[in-house]
Amino acid sequence: MHVTIDQDRCCGAGQCVLTAPTVFDQGDDDGLVRLRTDRPEPAVQSDVRLAAALCPGGAITVHDSNT
Amino acid sequence: MTTVANGEADSALAVPADRGTCPFAPPPAYEQAHRAGPINRVSLWDGSPCWLLTGHRQARFVLGDRRFSADARVPGFPFLSPGRRELLDRTTPTFIRLDDPEHSRQRRLLTGDFIIKRVEAMRPQIQQIVDEALDRMVAHGGPADLVREYALPVPSLVICLLLGVPYADHGFFQAQSQTLLSLNSSLAEVDAAQHALNSYLVELAGRKQREPDESVLGRLVAKGEVTLEEAAAMGVLLLVAGHETTANMTALGTLALLQNPEQAERLRADPSLIKGAVEELLRYLTIVHLGIPRVALEDVDLDGTLIRAGDGVLCMASTANWDEEVFTGGDRLDVTRDARRHLAFGFGIHQCLGQPLARAELQIALQTLLERLPELRLAVPFEDLRYRSDMLVYGVHELPVTW
Repeated sequence: MHVTIDQDRCCGAGQCVLTAPTVFDQGDDDGLVRLRTDRPEPAVQSDVRLAAALCPGGAITVHDSNT
Repeated sequence: MTTVANGEADSALAVPADRGTCPFAPPPAYEQAHRAGPINRVSLWDGSPCWLLTGHRQARFVLGDRRFSADARVPGFPFLSPGRRELLDRTTPTFIRLDDPEHSRQRRLLTGDFIIKRVEAMRPQIQQIVDEALDRMVAHGGPADLVREYALPVPSLVICLLLGVPYADHGFFQAQSQTLLSLNSSLAEVDAAQHALNSYLVELAGRKQREPDESVLGRLVAKGEVTLEEAAAMGVLLLVAGHETTANMTALGTLALLQNPEQAERLRADPSLIKGAVEELLRYLTIVHLGIPRVALEDVDLDGTLIRAGDGVLCMASTANWDEEVFTGGDRLDVTRDARRHLAFGFGIHQCLGQPLARAELQIALQTLLERLPELRLAVPFEDLRYRSDMLVYGVHELPVTW
């Protein structure tokens, strides 16, 4: 699994950090999404999928092809 | 009932609809309409037609799609009451009622204040506010109105903390915000309270410009991108958005647990359930109950139904949150359910900015109440309670309890 983010679409709701805290972070000052890793461990991949579904701005994309 | 999808309003569906006999359930007419189909046509109070989306997938689609505007100045925007329309002429819109790019510019001045880390760091102070409010209520003795003694003061004091209102001014701030939000206030009193709060916050913002601190207001003026008046307006917005909502969720959430004692028992037995339980209560109760309004900016095909540019749309989060396609047995409160897909905070770029703070407040307030008052119960018959059926934020007017 490979994850990409689009900060332009981020609205700082924090759903991703609540759902998959080992993969997503928020900038201390702007509150916008950051990646801790773009290759999540298998154990957290279902959380990452849920985070992408819950993201209100559609800022998270999960790519499955080159796992 | 038939669902008319070709432009004519279904006369049986009104907005707002009667809440029926169960105070926790969405209006029965909406649930019935939803069984026929998730895309319905309704008439608003002024007779104007509007789409009513009762399904989770359809509501989520519209709220997440930028072809639907939240700007009330766009012709066709569905107003929920004459008062809401009037408000448009009297106030400058804040980012809740603006589209991008201006929405993002304003919202991003505040996103850094509500990140999970900052809210987590506030937990000890929120716990202290909750403990002190409960101490006062208990010292006063039962029966007590949980709304007035607990549900309202807690979020008001948390907002004081957030904005950086000095302790000495808490009384003033609470009194004004109470007047601003009370049903019993006259229009003149509401105007006066709004004016007093606004002047106070302009002055406070000015003080923070001279003596910067880490509060929301302090950080906002330090950025130098807004005037003191704009900073004060954002302060009032945070107050209005964060006070009434959290207060009503606290009181109605308590009532839902009292009426489902086996669920309360599960929470008492396993405190680690509280986070999921708060999501479930948000889903089950959906206090922003009159629908989230949008207007289409262009023609959009929604599951084969053409929504035309200029059409108003109301996304009913309440029925969406009971949608069997997403939440099996959604008419039951189950604190062990994974309810995270609920739309109680909305969806799309306008989704509640303060949701991490709301979650922390509700988790702490409900858990502390259950732990400290194991004998908590209603002090009046359940049938005697009155609900905020016609108000923007749903809830219970008074919740007399004893323990």
